[in-house]
Amino acid sequence: MSALEIAAAVRGGERTARAVMEEHLSLIGAREAELHAFNLVTSEQALAAADAVDARVAAGDDPGPLAGVPIALKDNLCTTGIPTTCSSKILAGWKPPYDATVVERLTAAGAISVGKTNLDEFAMGSSTENSAFGPSKNPHDITKVPGGSSGGSAVAVAAGFAPLALGSDTGGSIRQPAALCGVVGVKPTYGRVSRYGLVAFASSLDQIGPFATTVADAAALYEVIAGHDPRDSTSIPEALPPVLPRLGDGVAGLRVGLVTELCQAEGIAPDVAARVAAAAEALSEAGAKVEEVSVPAVIYGLSAYYLIAPAEASSNLARYDGVRYGLRVDAPTTAEMYDRTRTAGFGPEVLRRIMLGTYALSAGYYDAYYGKAQKVRTLIIRDFQAAYERFDVLISPTAPTTAFALGAKADPLAMYLNDICTIPSNLAGHPAMSVPFGSGDDGLPVGVQIMANALDEVTMFQVAATLEGAMA
Amino acid sequence: MTPSTPSPNASVLPEGWGMVIGLEVHCELATATKLFCCCPNHFGDQPNANTCPTCLGLPGSLPMLNEQAVELAMRLGRALNCDVKRSVFSRKNYFYPDQPKDYQVTQYDLPTNLGGHLDLPSGPRIGITRAHIEEDTGKLNHVGGGGRIHDAEHSLVDYNRSGVPLVEIVSEADMRSSEQAKEYANELRAILLATGVSDAKMEEGSMRVDANVSVHHLGEPWGTRCEIKNLNSVRSLGRAIDHEALRQIDLLTNGETVRQETRHWDEASGRTGTLRVKEDADDYRYFPEPDLVPLEPSAADIARIDAALPVLPGARRAALAEAAGVPATAGGVVMAVERGLDHLARAAIGGGADAGRVLTHVEHNLAVDGAETLSPERFGDLVKMETGGELTATQAKTVLAEMVATGGAPAEIAQARGFEALDSSALEGIIDGLIAAHGEEWEQFRSGDDKARGKLSGFFMGKVMQASSGQADGKAATALLRRKAGL
Ligand SMILES: [Zn+2]
Repeated sequence: MSALEIAAAVRGGERTARAVMEEHLSLIGAREAELHAFNLVTSEQALAAADAVDARVAAGDDPGPLAGVPIALKDNLCTTGIPTTCSSKILAGWKPPYDATVVERLTAAGAISVGKTNLDEFAMGSSTENSAFGPSKNPHDITKVPGGSSGGSAVAVAAGFAPLALGSDTGGSIRQPAALCGVVGVKPTYGRVSRYGLVAFASSLDQIGPFATTVADAAALYEVIAGHDPRDSTSIPEALPPVLPRLGDGVAGLRVGLVTELCQAEGIAPDVAARVAAAAEALSEAGAKVEEVSVPAVIYGLSAYYLIAPAEASSNLARYDGVRYGLRVDAPTTAEMYDRTRTAGFGPEVLRRIMLGTYALSAGYYDAYYGKAQKVRTLIIRDFQAAYERFDVLISPTAPTTAFALGAKADPLAMYLNDICTIPSNLAGHPAMSVPFGSGDDGLPVGVQIMANALDEVTMFQVAATLEGAMA
Repeated sequence: MTPSTPSPNASVLPEGWGMVIGLEVHCELATATKLFCCCPNHFGDQPNANTCPTCLGLPGSLPMLNEQAVELAMRLGRALNCDVKRSVFSRKNYFYPDQPKDYQVTQYDLPTNLGGHLDLPSGPRIGITRAHIEEDTGKLNHVGGGGRIHDAEHSLVDYNRSGVPLVEIVSEADMRSSEQAKEYANELRAILLATGVSDAKMEEGSMRVDANVSVHHLGEPWGTRCEIKNLNSVRSLGRAIDHEALRQIDLLTNGETVRQETRHWDEASGRTGTLRVKEDADDYRYFPEPDLVPLEPSAADIARIDAALPVLPGARRAALAEAAGVPATAGGVVMAVERGLDHLARAAIGGGADAGRVLTHVEHNLAVDGAETLSPERFGDLVKMETGGELTATQAKTVLAEMVATGGAPAEIAQARGFEALDSSALEGIIDGLIAAHGEEWEQFRSGDDKARGKLSGFFMGKVMQASSGQADGKAATALLRRKAGL
């Protein structure tokens, strides 16, 4: 059952939220040990919340558009009284005293959290192998990674543990695992969804977004979590145009650009490129005008990203110092306490990025690294703007290959290349999503990325719905 | 900015030496809530009572800019003649336990206020480099050991102050004496109070002054500067600067060099001591704060702020000085503006009261609560009674105190207290009677030396006061005695 079907059944009194929840918890019970989607399953709270939803329905109330729908939350979203670990040892024992804005909105819409999902530590990675609690496995082949960093959320939805999940996307961390797990993953426009309560990785790039099995479910979840929040100063004040009513409008007359630089980027596998070509053809058949387009600056995206994101991370992660919460390794002096705590608490990829970012911001290097990366970012925005004068949406592969084997990319640079197609939208702040479009030569899912201009999620979702329809 | 003409009141320095002073002043803005959250901006509560996820820097929390803080900072900028410009918040990264995020949100290359000036009451114009907005840190309490972070058994952190809005006002190195530095601090404080930007209490730490001090041989380049911290009063500021300048001169005359360092003023010993030596420039890895958007004040915003600015202390002193016909540096003028009594003084003077007496009362007799509620007419009436000889200076002071307390009219108070002034004929009658009754003493007063006359003057005045029940005007009586003695 899709999320929208569950909500309709619960609101209509045809099914109880408890029955829905029990069904999902039993699925989790059956396969979680094998897949490790979750850091924590909150069964008790979930069943209590389901009963509360049922009580409201019985009393004639409407619990909201996602009434009784189980949802999995990436474990970097703050949840009151429930451990939020970012899959890091450094947050051991920390329970937030507050809910993220998205969590508040989900609760208000009747959705019920089933637990906190695994991720690459502090969302730094593309395979979920950087988790301090061990990797998640791809439900389509457990010898393969699910992608990352929101791997646990992608697995939860792909395995049917929950019809919906939330992830966060800094350089592709929703879209890439969605592609590798064969589900829909959406990164909205930067500022569309409040970041309040999302543990920061790179503040100018981070954005929360939905995972779902269908485009309509993803749109429904997007409508619930998006919209202005005064607690996030970068939140967009503009009103949110509804997506669901326009989801079936089709693509007739839409101008679709196939981004040359991304389709031909380093490491794009032929079977993936073939699926993107097939998607272009499907859109063309549905009445869109598809052409190739060059967005030259995107080839510098990866380099710029690996300066900007670590720089911001080096500052955002400074607060994990052992003074106030989480892990503390005591030492004779404060400086040594900092040192020992952080060395023991952070994994190697986090330490690597903190070092990289600290260096990029250092006096004498700032202009050459951080400053120049910001200029590249401006160029990417400019080139995208030029493309959006001629096209309504742009498409490309989401990830260069289908899911790769666990441990296959021990070299960090090989891992970084996984995000080559997804990073440009984060740097530009534009919305982008991945929609499943068949499989590769190995039979594993392939995702097609749809990118749109800032604030134009509606058109992006319409194109996704069309591709989804073409596969049906 | 080139320094204004040095007016070195460098009397504390040996001949040929000069000192150069720049001040950095941190002021807490008088907002209801903190800079980035809704916690109360309130001093003196239970430790950590005023905290939330944002000012504790909890994971996932975000800053939400306080509009009132921005408004106050811009108001101060305009009061200091600064350009108020597009500004950007930056992160200043360094590890310290009183700083919950291990970075401070401040402004770096694009501050809200740039390039203004402040005119000292004594004349010199001091350049203002910038006045930027930033958040305060928490407070450490070191328990056990020597009470310092290095030897304490443990330390406690109170984050009530974390995220309290500050402006840091950086002056040019335009001051040449501790007197000027004190004047600057006082004048800045007056502006902060007049504009309602801060309550500017140095003792409570809502105004904190750091001084950069260097010395040089007059006519030669400036020396290496030291920064002095922990100045808890304007008086400490002056003492610390003089002490520091002399310390540096001592070093240089002994062939040693001045190290660039931060020094700590110890009020009890009256000395500065090394706090930390600046190795290379600290690298705070500043970068634009991605969780906040730039501030873009429009021309209309700035016009609105300008229109709402009160008349500033400098202009108020000038107006009162002109009305009173005295220099703007006169004690009574400075006090009147400092105590907010300049309107009262101007109205009284405008109504015909003697300016000298008005300013004397303001300076010496009106340092009390409620003085600002005095009716200018009644205050003027009092001064007129005094100059008309109806009240002595002492009586006028007593009546004035009662006027402040009760709001009564001076004539009625004087009458109720029996302060019927002696007219000159009654005074003359008393004195004639005393001369007749004390012929021997009178002869000695008339013909004796200064010493004898002084003693006998006291004798006669005592008798005059006794005979008049204290209502005689002392000055008038003395004058009459001397006239009658032919002196
Ligand atoms: Zn707070």
